[in-house]
Amino acid sequence: MVSNQIITKNLNVGFHNHHVLKDINIKIPAKQLTAIIGPSGCGKTTLLKSFNRLLEIQDDVKIGGEIIVDDVNIMEPGLNVPDIRKKMGLISQKPYPLPMSIFENVAYGLRIHHDKNSKELAETVQHCLEEVGLWKEVKDRLHDPASRLSVGQQQRLCLARAIAVQPDVILCDEPTSALDPIAAQQIEKLLLKLKKDFTVVLVTHTLRQAKRVADYVIFLYFGMVIEQGPAAEVFNNPKSPEMKAYLAGEIS
Amino acid sequence: MNRRTIEENIFKILMIGSLCIVIGSLVIIFGLVIINGASSLSIEMLTQTPTPTTPGSPPGGGILNAIVGSLILAIPATAFASLIGLGIALYLQTDFLTPRVSNSIRFMLDVLWGIPSIIYGIFCLMIMIYIGMSSSILVGMIALTMLEIPIITRSMDESIKMVPSGLKEASYSLGSTKFETAFRVVRRQAFPGILAGILLGLGRGIGDAASILFTAGFSNRLPTSILDSTAALPTMIYNLYSTPLGQSKAFAAAFILLMIVLIVSVLSRLLTRRFKKHIIK
Repeated sequence: MVSNQIITKNLNVGFHNHHVLKDINIKIPAKQLTAIIGPSGCGKTTLLKSFNRLLEIQDDVKIGGEIIVDDVNIMEPGLNVPDIRKKMGLISQKPYPLPMSIFENVAYGLRIHHDKNSKELAETVQHCLEEVGLWKEVKDRLHDPASRLSVGQQQRLCLARAIAVQPDVILCDEPTSALDPIAAQQIEKLLLKLKKDFTVVLVTHTLRQAKRVADYVIFLYFGMVIEQGPAAEVFNNPKSPEMKAYLAGEIS
Repeated sequence: MNRRTIEENIFKILMIGSLCIVIGSLVIIFGLVIINGASSLSIEMLTQTPTPTTPGSPPGGGILNAIVGSLILAIPATAFASLIGLGIALYLQTDFLTPRVSNSIRFMLDVLWGIPSIIYGIFCLMIMIYIGMSSSILVGMIALTMLEIPIITRSMDESIKMVPSGLKEASYSLGSTKFETAFRVVRRQAFPGILAGILLGLGRGIGDAASILFTAGFSNRLPTSILDSTAALPTMIYNLYSTPLGQSKAFAAAFILLMIVLIVSVLSRLLTRRFKKHIIK
């Protein structure tokens, strides 16, 4: 029996009177790769960013319902928001390295959360860079600005930076859409490797990518969950007409 | 030649022409100032205060009082304006204000930026007379601070606004607090712009004559208290130029002012480049 990492109950989100997510009830299984798919503008990114309470830094957002992570409703007032976010790494569409060196990018999260001496720090940074296959490429220029890396390398650096703070979940918002095919493939492989240790949630607009990597699928359409379930079931045996149309490429 | 090539060439000539006008003016201004001031340029200009003039001979001594006056007016004014400006710029970014309110504040700051400096001078003069003070370093500093606030605030505001929201999201999603995000991430990204804003304000303040003409007054001696009036380089140039046989000294003073402004610009370039290394585009 697979346990659930994230459960939402009647989650509703609105921006300026625009109702983006409607009564979302989903379960995201732990240590698996869950793909959130659906046509553009259906609320995929909004759903992803609600998991680490990143929506509320924007203006005029209304959020209702419950999001349960590890038996705690993270929407409860009075919780320490940075602690919630620490459990969820975020990989965005366009990589945003921090304005510092390659080493400091990975060390940043360790510095703000742990008291490590410089030796432990260096070891952890090396380990994280090795995890994402970047160590060999950057080991001689760790103190160069991160902005000089290629986009694909930057995206892997962001992944290393995220796993350095040891989150439970990695949230990915179309992480390969800005990358060339080879860099994209590297990221996909990494996500498959990382799901052994982390729960991975992947927002993607390419159906083929979801088919390649997903264990569990959530299909969103106009802000509503139309279907969710194990990937094989949803892809081979769609129940709703919308899902069938999406799989057939009629809506995108 | 077809129409499109002609069009292309006309625009090329226009662009080169505009460039020549700008670079030409710079060269001519520097040349004129150096040619006319060279005979009076000496070490005494930098180390002495003016000596009393005798009729028939050029003004003697140097302009140390004006150099000191300029620095003593402009540096504290820039410091005050930067502090106030940073406060306003940060307030404009946060969620305290709706975009409507913050954009109207930005508009008002732009209007203030455009107000000629003589009006700041007269405004401070009126208040000065009303509360019974006389022209002094203090009042001159206040006038310069007011002049610099919109310049510094708007440049800081723009550079903080340019920080991409994705960068803030990246920092937040690593579990940073708002403070850590502001001071470890946003500050690094916006710092070159903030610094450039401060130096822009300093450059403007040090060269401005109209705002300190009435407020800081004029004196041939070195100031000893914040309530003394003082000369500054722009007012000194004005003063020397209107003295008989003083034109050459006025140009020498102008040369020193140009040099100070040039040093500030070069310094700001070097500093920004140093801090720009890690900026994320």
